Amino acid sequence: MKHDALIQTVIMTQSEWPLWEVFIRSKQGLDHKHVGSLHAADAQMAIQNARDVYTRRQEGISIWVVESKHVHASNPDDAEAFFDPANDKVYRHPTFYQVPDSIKHM
Amino acid sequence: METLEMTQEEQFQARIDADVRIEPKDWMPDAYRKTLIRQISQHAHSELVGMLPEGNWITRAPSLKRKSILLSKVQDEAGHGLYLYSAAETLGTTRDQMLADLHSGKAKYSSIFNYPTLSWADMGCVGWLVDGAAILNQVPLCRTSYGPYARAMVRVCKEESFHQRQGFEIMQTLCEGAPEQKAMAQEALNRWWWPTLMMFGPKDEDSPNTAQSMNWRIKRFTNDELRQKFVDMMVPQAEFLGLTVPDTQVKWNEARQAYDFGEVNWDEFWAVVKGNGMCNRDRLGARVKAHEEGAWVREAAMAHAAKRAARQVVAA
Repeated sequence: MKHDALIQTVIMTQSEWPLWEVFIRSKQGLDHKHVGSLHAADAQMAIQNARDVYTRRQEGISIWVVESKHVHASNPDDAEAFFDPANDKVYRHPTFYQVPDSIKHM
Repeated sequence: METLEMTQEEQFQARIDADVRIEPKDWMPDAYRKTLIRQISQHAHSELVGMLPEGNWITRAPSLKRKSILLSKVQDEAGHGLYLYSAAETLGTTRDQMLADLHSGKAKYSSIFNYPTLSWADMGCVGWLVDGAAILNQVPLCRTSYGPYARAMVRVCKEESFHQRQGFEIMQTLCEGAPEQKAMAQEALNRWWWPTLMMFGPKDEDSPNTAQSMNWRIKRFTNDELRQKFVDMMVPQAEFLGLTVPDTQVKWNEARQAYDFGEVNWDEFWAVVKGNGMCNRDRLGARVKAHEEGAWVREAAMAHAAKRAARQVVAA
């Protein structure tokens, strides 16, 4: 009974299927990359739908799906301050350093 | 800094002018959001309803090859609808709301799909002309200012070019066939030519929102510019096929380096937009029926998912 009640609650409170974010690895050796989103009742269905929607032309060999509500994002309004610490640290890039022409392999 | 003196809206416009993409969580004017939801969902609805006139021919395709191609094309259109609905959802609307607006008739979709597909040559014309017109509209939208929309359009455009080519191939095959087949191709062109020109929307002087949309870069060419491009592209292709476009005023204009052409029947255009085309009621009826008859599937899938989740909770 408890089961049925739980199931009923889920159905009653959600009229549309949850939203999932889809990530695809296009070939072995590359990262999974975000390609879009879709609706599905559960993870298994999300993966199947992702195959049909996002890999109709061999775009992938592996799929990740994450329910969108689990994605936490930085706030774009704070972007300037948030990413500011990296702005004045040019010495983190190899091009900051002078290497004499006669030095090889560096 | 100069930006400190700019209003939020001015900063927004400055970003667009600098070709910086706007992303879902960025601040945007309400009107920009609303216009985009309307434009993207309308586009998504067109993909969805666009499956109907072609679905009609899947069981009647003349060969297995043509049938596989058509199935694939219709499946692509379902996919395009999904990319676009997802893009619209990032603006804060829901899939349920968009579908409700389509089904109630509040939201529009491209009027071209309110014309019937009467012969196999219509499958050629839909691919060659209708998808050709759609591509002209869509390619510039790959650079539109709203990130998720632009990304969806890149995907759509990649897939759409096969649609146009398969349509042209159908036309070419018919035109190289028996006289009856060529006549069928000409007859289809006669019916589809003008409705396709209408796909670009009203004349510029009757399109009051164009200026704002161009400013926001959610539209990159005016309706008349795109219509002209289309005619310039298509007249030589029709000539190649040995077909004649049904417009006696089509004539190369050396000074303009473009084709002159006749006036679209705007009364017909507005009648179809307002719901009085040949198939408006049919198309919407088919959509609503499919949605209603699919209700139990959507509910069953949710119930199944909930049951499985509950079982996992108990097992843990």
